[in-house]
Amino acid sequence: MEMIKLTIDNKTVEVQKGASILDAAKTVGINIPTLCYLHLHDLNITNKPAGCRVCVVEVKGRRNLAPACVTECTEGMVVNTHNIRVLNSRKTVLELILSDHPTDCLICSKSGNCDLQTLAQEMGIRQIRYQGEQSHYREDTSPAIIRDVDKCIMCRRCEMMCNDVQTVGVLSAVNRGFMSVVAPAFERNLDHSECTYCGQCVAVCPTGALTEVDHTNKVIRALADPSKTVIVQTAPAVRAALGEEFGLEPGTLVTGKMVSALKGLGFDYVFDTDFAADLTIMEEGTELLDRLSRFMNGDKTVKMPILTSCCPGWVNFFEHQFPDMLDIPSTARSPQQMFGSIAKTYFAEKLGIKRENMVVVSIMPCLAKKYECSREEFKVDGNPDVDFAVSTRELAHLIKQANIDFNGLPEEDFDRPLGESTGASVIFGATGGVIEAATRTAYEVFTGKKLEKVDFEQLRGMEWIRRAEVDFDGTPIKIGIAHGLGNARKLLEEIRDGKADFHAIEIMACPGGCIGGGGQPLHHGDSSILKSRTAALYREDAGKPIRKSHENPFIQKLYEEFLGKPCGHKSHHLLHTHYFDKSNPIEVD
Amino acid sequence: MASINIKLNQEKVSQLQDICKEFNNDKGELINVLHKAQHLFGYLPAEVQEVIAHELKTSAAHVYGVVTFYSFFTMTPKGEHPISICMGTACYVRGAEKVLDEFKRILKVKVGETTPDGKFSLSCLRCVGACGLAPVVMVGEKVFGRVSPDGVKDIIGEYTK
Repeated sequence: MEMIKLTIDNKTVEVQKGASILDAAKTVGINIPTLCYLHLHDLNITNKPAGCRVCVVEVKGRRNLAPACVTECTEGMVVNTHNIRVLNSRKTVLELILSDHPTDCLICSKSGNCDLQTLAQEMGIRQIRYQGEQSHYREDTSPAIIRDVDKCIMCRRCEMMCNDVQTVGVLSAVNRGFMSVVAPAFERNLDHSECTYCGQCVAVCPTGALTEVDHTNKVIRALADPSKTVIVQTAPAVRAALGEEFGLEPGTLVTGKMVSALKGLGFDYVFDTDFAADLTIMEEGTELLDRLSRFMNGDKTVKMPILTSCCPGWVNFFEHQFPDMLDIPSTARSPQQMFGSIAKTYFAEKLGIKRENMVVVSIMPCLAKKYECSREEFKVDGNPDVDFAVSTRELAHLIKQANIDFNGLPEEDFDRPLGESTGASVIFGATGGVIEAATRTAYEVFTGKKLEKVDFEQLRGMEWIRRAEVDFDGTPIKIGIAHGLGNARKLLEEIRDGKADFHAIEIMACPGGCIGGGGQPLHHGDSSILKSRTAALYREDAGKPIRKSHENPFIQKLYEEFLGKPCGHKSHHLLHTHYFDKSNPIEVD
Repeated sequence: MASINIKLNQEKVSQLQDICKEFNNDKGELINVLHKAQHLFGYLPAEVQEVIAHELKTSAAHVYGVVTFYSFFTMTPKGEHPISICMGTACYVRGAEKVLDEFKRILKVKVGETTPDGKFSLSCLRCVGACGLAPVVMVGEKVFGRVSPDGVKDIIGEYTK
C-alpha cells in the first residue's frame, strides 16, 4: 500500500494513499470538528456530503479552505486546522446555520444530546451575528416518529440511512435553496409513506429534527391511577445500553439496577420481555420444525425458508415492499406482543382483574414498537395488548424525573412468573441472536439429543449478511442472517429469484440488531458502542443457569396451565398474527 | 395506512413505460425520462412520478426530490396558452419585470401558476436568443417582441376572443 507523508498543524503524519485529511488528523490526535459527516466504522456506513463546511481546513497553496472530510491527502501537503482564518470561517458557517435554527434549546427534547448544540458550545459561539428570514415547515407526527423540519440542518444523514442502508426510500431532499427540506414523496406525512419506523433516521439525526413520539407522560399518568395495575416489560437490548444515559461505560449491564429503578417508579410488576422471547422460540421453533419436516418429507406446498418475525420494522418493510412474499415469514407475533397478550389473559386471570384495568408498558430499544402496539390486530375490543411502548431514552427520562440515583441503586430480580428467562432470550437483542436461540431449541427437539455446546459462534458477528450451516445430527440446516433492511432486501430478492436454499433466516431492521435500535441512547457515530452492547448481551447469556428457551420452567408451566401445546389452538389465537399487503398498487383505468 | 390509488389511463401509462424503456429503465437517466414525460403530459403529476419511480426501480421520494429541484419541471398543469416572459439580461434592462407585473395583475396568478379556467399559465425563462426584440414574451410557440406593459392587455386579448 502506497504511503503518503504530510504535515498537519506542524505534525508529520504518514497515511495510506486515499485517506482524507480528517482521518489523517485523527491518527495524530487532532479532532477536526464535523457536523454532517457520519462514519460507523464497524458497519461500513459513511455519510460525507461535505455540505455543512464545519470541517474546513487551510491547505497551503490552495486558494480556498478545504473540507477535511472529503479532501484526500497528497504528498507534502501542509494543513492547518485551527488558524484564525479557519476558525473565523468555521464560526461563520456555524452562525449561519444557527441563524436559520430555532434556538429553543432549553425545551428541545434533543438538548444535551444535540451535535449542533455541542459544536456551538465547543466553538464558543456567544452571539449569532446574522439575523434573517427563518424557514418554517409544518410538524409531522406519526405513531412513532416526529419530524420537526425547522430544526433540520440538511446534513443528509437520515437520507443516507433511509436510502442507502435501509433501502426504504422514504426520505429525500426536496425543493431547493432556502426552501429545501428532507421529506417523504410529495411531502406527504410519514404515516402516508412507506416508512417502517425503524428509527435509524432518528438514531443519526444530529439535532432535534427527528425524534420519537414521547409517551412518558402517559406512563406517569397510568402509574398515578389507583384503579390500574401497571405492568412493565423490558426488552433484552435495553439492559445493555441504559447505563450510558447515566454516564456508565458502553456495554455495562444494568439489568438489576433497571429492575430496581422500575420498582422505584411504581410499577406493580416488573417483568421481562425475555420471558416472551423464550415463548417466541417455542412458537417460532415449532413452526420451523413443522415446516422443515414437511419439506424434508417432500411436501411441495410448504414454503421455505422460514423468516423470523420479531422485528416490527422488518414486518413493516415486507408488508410494503414484498407483498408477494407475505406467506414466508413466521406467523409468530413479536415478543413484545406475545407478552402483552399473555399479560392481559393468563396473568390478568391470575390476578382476577379485567384487561381494561391493566396497563402494559414496554421498554424498548425500538421506535417501530410504538407503531406495532397500536396495530388494530393487537387490540381486543379497542383495548391494546400493549398500551405504551417507551424507548430506552424515554425510560432514562422517567428515572431522572423520579429523582432516582440510578448508579447508587441495588440490584433486584424481575418478578415472577413473567420475569423468568433463559440465556437464549437475552441474545435476541443482537443480530444473529434469535436464530441462535431457535437453533438451541430446534436442535434438541429435532434430534432428540442434548446439545452439549450451546454457543454457535458461526451465527454471531457484525457482517451484514451471514450464511451458516448447522449440523442437526447428520442433517445440515442452512441458516441466513441479515441486519439492516438493505441487506434483508438482498436476501429476499435471492429467495424470490430461487437462488437461495436456506431453511431459516433471521432478519433485524437495525444495524447490529436491537442493540442498535432507533430508541437506544445515541451513539453519535461511535460504532464501538454497538459492539460493546452486543458483547454485554452474550456475557449475560453465558452467565445464565438456563440457556435454552424450552427449559424455562415458567414457560413449561404456562403451556401446562394455560396454552396447551406450542402452535396449538390457544397459541394460534393469542400468539400468532397475519400480515397485510401495504404496497402501493399502480391502478390503471 | 392510506393507500394511494393511481389513476392514469392505460395508453398514457404504456407511453410512459416506453419512455422509461427508451432509457433502459436506468435510474441514472431520471432527468431525461422526466423531460420526455413532461413533454408528453405537459406537467408531472404525482401519479406520473410514481410510475416512473416504479419503472426505474427508485423511490418516489427521490423522483419528487429531482422534480422539485429543477425549475424546468412542474407539477401544475400548464395553461392552454403558456405565457413565458424572458428575464434574460437584455430583456430585463428593457423593462421585462414591468411586463411580468402587468401579466400577473391582469391574470391574477403568480409565476408558475395557471389561471383557474386553465387558459393561461405564467412562467419566466432566461434568454430566448432574440435580444434585438427585447423585451420578449412567448405565448405557446409565438414570439412577441418589444412588449411594453401597455401592450400586455392586447396580447391576452388575442387569446380570449
